[in-house]
Amino acid sequence: MGIPITYNIRNLYARRVSTILTALGIALVAWVFIFTLALAGGFQAALRSTGSRDNVIVTRSGSTAELTSIIARETASVIAGQPEIARAPDGTPLVTSELVVLWNLERKNGTPTNVVVRGVTSKSIPLRPNVHLAEGRMFRPGLDEIVVGKLASARFAHCSVGDRLKLAGRQWTIVGMIDAGGTAFDSEIWGDVELFMPMFDRPVYQSVTFRLDDRSHFGAIQKRLEADPRMSVQVKREDEFYAAQSEALSALLRGLGIFVTLIMALGAVFGALNTMYAAVGSRTKEIGTLLALGFSRRSVLASFLLESILLASFGGILGCLLALPVSGFTTSTMNFASFSEIAFRFRVTPSMLLSGIAFAAIMGAVGGFFPARKAARRAIIEALREA
Amino acid sequence: MASENGNLVELRDVHKIYRRDRIEIPVLQGVNLNVKQGEFLALMGPSGSGKSTLLNLIAGIDLPTKGEVRVAGESLGTLASERLSRWRARHVGFIFQLYNLIPVLTAAQNVELPLLLTRLSGKERRDRVKLALELVSLADRDNHYPRMLSGGEEQRVAIARAIVADPTLLVADEPTGDLDAKNATEILTLLKRLNEELKKTIIMVTHDPHAAERAHVTVHLDTGVLAP
Amino acid sequence: MKFVRLVLANLMRAKRRTFLTVFSIAIALFLFCTLRTVITSFEASLRASNASRLIVRHASSLVFPLPLSYKERIAQVAGVAGVSYGNWFGGYYQNPKNQFAQFAVDISTFFDLFPEVLLQPAEKDAFRSERTACIVGRGLAKKYGWKIGDQIPIIGTIFPGEWRLTVRGIYAGETRDTDENTIFFHWDYLNESLPDVRKNQVGIYWVKIASADMAAAASRSVDALFENSSQPTKTETEKAFQAGFISMIGNVQLLLSILGSAIVFAIMLVTINTMMMAARERTTEIAILKTIGFTDRLVLLLVGGEALLLSLLGGALGCGLAAIVFHESDFTAGGFFPNFRVLPETIGLGLVLAAVMGVLSGLVPAVQAGRLKIANALRKVV
Repeated sequence: MGIPITYNIRNLYARRVSTILTALGIALVAWVFIFTLALAGGFQAALRSTGSRDNVIVTRSGSTAELTSIIARETASVIAGQPEIARAPDGTPLVTSELVVLWNLERKNGTPTNVVVRGVTSKSIPLRPNVHLAEGRMFRPGLDEIVVGKLASARFAHCSVGDRLKLAGRQWTIVGMIDAGGTAFDSEIWGDVELFMPMFDRPVYQSVTFRLDDRSHFGAIQKRLEADPRMSVQVKREDEFYAAQSEALSALLRGLGIFVTLIMALGAVFGALNTMYAAVGSRTKEIGTLLALGFSRRSVLASFLLESILLASFGGILGCLLALPVSGFTTSTMNFASFSEIAFRFRVTPSMLLSGIAFAAIMGAVGGFFPARKAARRAIIEALREA
Repeated sequence: MASENGNLVELRDVHKIYRRDRIEIPVLQGVNLNVKQGEFLALMGPSGSGKSTLLNLIAGIDLPTKGEVRVAGESLGTLASERLSRWRARHVGFIFQLYNLIPVLTAAQNVELPLLLTRLSGKERRDRVKLALELVSLADRDNHYPRMLSGGEEQRVAIARAIVADPTLLVADEPTGDLDAKNATEILTLLKRLNEELKKTIIMVTHDPHAAERAHVTVHLDTGVLAP
Repeated sequence: MKFVRLVLANLMRAKRRTFLTVFSIAIALFLFCTLRTVITSFEASLRASNASRLIVRHASSLVFPLPLSYKERIAQVAGVAGVSYGNWFGGYYQNPKNQFAQFAVDISTFFDLFPEVLLQPAEKDAFRSERTACIVGRGLAKKYGWKIGDQIPIIGTIFPGEWRLTVRGIYAGETRDTDENTIFFHWDYLNESLPDVRKNQVGIYWVKIASADMAAAASRSVDALFENSSQPTKTETEKAFQAGFISMIGNVQLLLSILGSAIVFAIMLVTINTMMMAARERTTEIAILKTIGFTDRLVLLLVGGEALLLSLLGGALGCGLAAIVFHESDFTAGGFFPNFRVLPETIGLGLVLAAVMGVLSGLVPAVQAGRLKIANALRKVV
């Protein structure tokens, strides 16, 4: 027969201060755990989901980012004529040739930063399923109009719909804002590529992106284009292309997160150990009584272990609650591949929260095991005598 | 130290009331007492009569609710907390029923404790500790921890601690209460020696009539007043 | 000092608890030092930057070049003591994961502008006289096992193709923070291999000024020269330029600081709890000490001192461990931090933090001990 759980709950309540302090400590560890997962996850999500599996991006051979790639107009035409390209509802091929430069802008707090400015075509939005117009309207080709990504709008000065921004010596009116679902495009500024080319004095594209009519056709078109002697290009699936850019930094962030959390957990386990040993120590007489009453040693062990897990889980839930506000927080870091600033959102998912609680419970189990075992081992007489 | 009539301790109309939550518990209700220098006084009475409380007032551990406590020329109620502590360190040696040695310190280290409050050098402290332990015949156990000593030996270390700083007054609260007959006798003999040979004034609370016999004077406390 | 033994003896009373507490504080400080070192490593480039060197680049974007003809005009600005130029090459070695800095630089002026690049005279001469020669930093040489005379292929991304360079020197940095992971090669070699439309374009100008306090004035003068041209410049000190990059990574620094604070706070909660638990067991002893005549203040200091001592022990252990581990292990986080070492300032900060933790965690028990009334405490026992 087991010791009722109310015994544990009452005891935790009776030692309120100690319970709260330990629970808070564990809550913070769980919070750090979720925080780093949300950070690394948000960053990787921003970059990985920038690209779609159905799309193919062509850049110059050897480029790791669009910025260092050059694709001449003639090359772009050849690529646009490939048979594997899907068709838009109006029958035209779903392909876009784009220009990408870095531009010096000011953040809202006045400090300078590098931002990606992209020259786009009418197919740029249709090609990207996660991008849509969120506010205002799309720019009209041939006019001094641009649109901005929603994170760019939030972080950079003079970047709201209706503002005027100076690019390449001209004033541009921001007529709309796009929402790219938290991906890299949210940090960019888009305008008409045909206008940008002469403005930036760059009569070349940086990339050509198109939708495959069938995913399985990727191999064929890759082979053909890469072998074509008229051009020196590399052909990649769009999602892989962007994912590769984030690899190094995501790995670092994730590694750091795991390192920090594991070590912190060790500290929290020590804390739980201390608390539970003290709890056992102050309740020896009770334990002796319980044993004398007929409860088995195993049930005493189970009871203390459960108490520790309860305490830790309480801390875990607390940590989750504290972590929820973090979700959606925008922050930014450098995309090392393009030396531009990329903003991204912390993403707290339900599975992260559950992991946080589970992690806390495990800490409670580890921290409670030895004290619980000690509690169970006490000889009855000795325990009762200790007044 | 003593007043003109040779009194080391003078209590005038001393009252002590304890307050627990809203309830007031009167423990001492008008105590008058004189103790001469060099006297060995036994304080007896049934449990709950306030003996320990009276002892605490004399030792400066507690302050009276009303009335005056004069010890060694000082009216204790007028002293601020910090001065009271310093006064106590200089003038009082306290012996408890439950020895109350600090378990993580050796016998010698326990005895040294009161000397840490003085300006004596390390060597001087060690010499005094040795002397005190010799006095209680435990010089050879100086580096033992309390858990390695018997009850009687622990109490003797406690006595050594109480006298090491050469206090004016020794105060003992049921010093033999936790000991068997043989050890109790040893302790009482020791106390008697301290009183006769070293002229220590001793005030001892006890409920054991045999212990009281060793003292010069016995007074009885009952429901907060001294019996006439 | 005579009380230290008392404090120590008390700590050894509950050995397991003492060890657990010391270790959890050590862990917190170890993490703190690690996170702080991530931040200071980012800033290493700031520490190494030369206060008398300015960077001139295209005002609008790093991506746009400047004409070679600007050199002569910049050299004539008041306060300018030397001008050099170069292009960021942006290639990789063997596979795209192996990315590090490569610069094509003007050989005739390079060493004047970069005194912190230390080379043997023989190596310097060999580098100067051979068109396809390069010098590599010590860090790179060690990582890839390059030796003098090796021919290394660099795949260009901005300037496509395979570029073969011969190692003619391995340079060392003047200070511990100077970067030793760059390849420098001849600008002329790069320029002559480019198609005409891309020739004679410079990515970046380096300007030596006569003294550091002329930086602001000289920067403005250079920019004024070109502000109305089609290729305007932005001139700033090297430090400001680096800081701009760091500010982009910048938010990560803030996040790491938040992490570090959360850690320290969490462990402090745990420590406070432990101290309070320990204090509860000692009420009788505190009462005894006070009976003997220990003043309230002394008792407060003893209890507080205990917490402080514990924390400092833990702090020394954690900080020391961090310093040793990262020194011995050559840790670079996959090349992100070529010089990951724990600075003395970080250790100092860690110890101060440990001391603060000690004071705060011992505060409540110490004050309680100070306030303890002897009579109340003793009554509980008897």
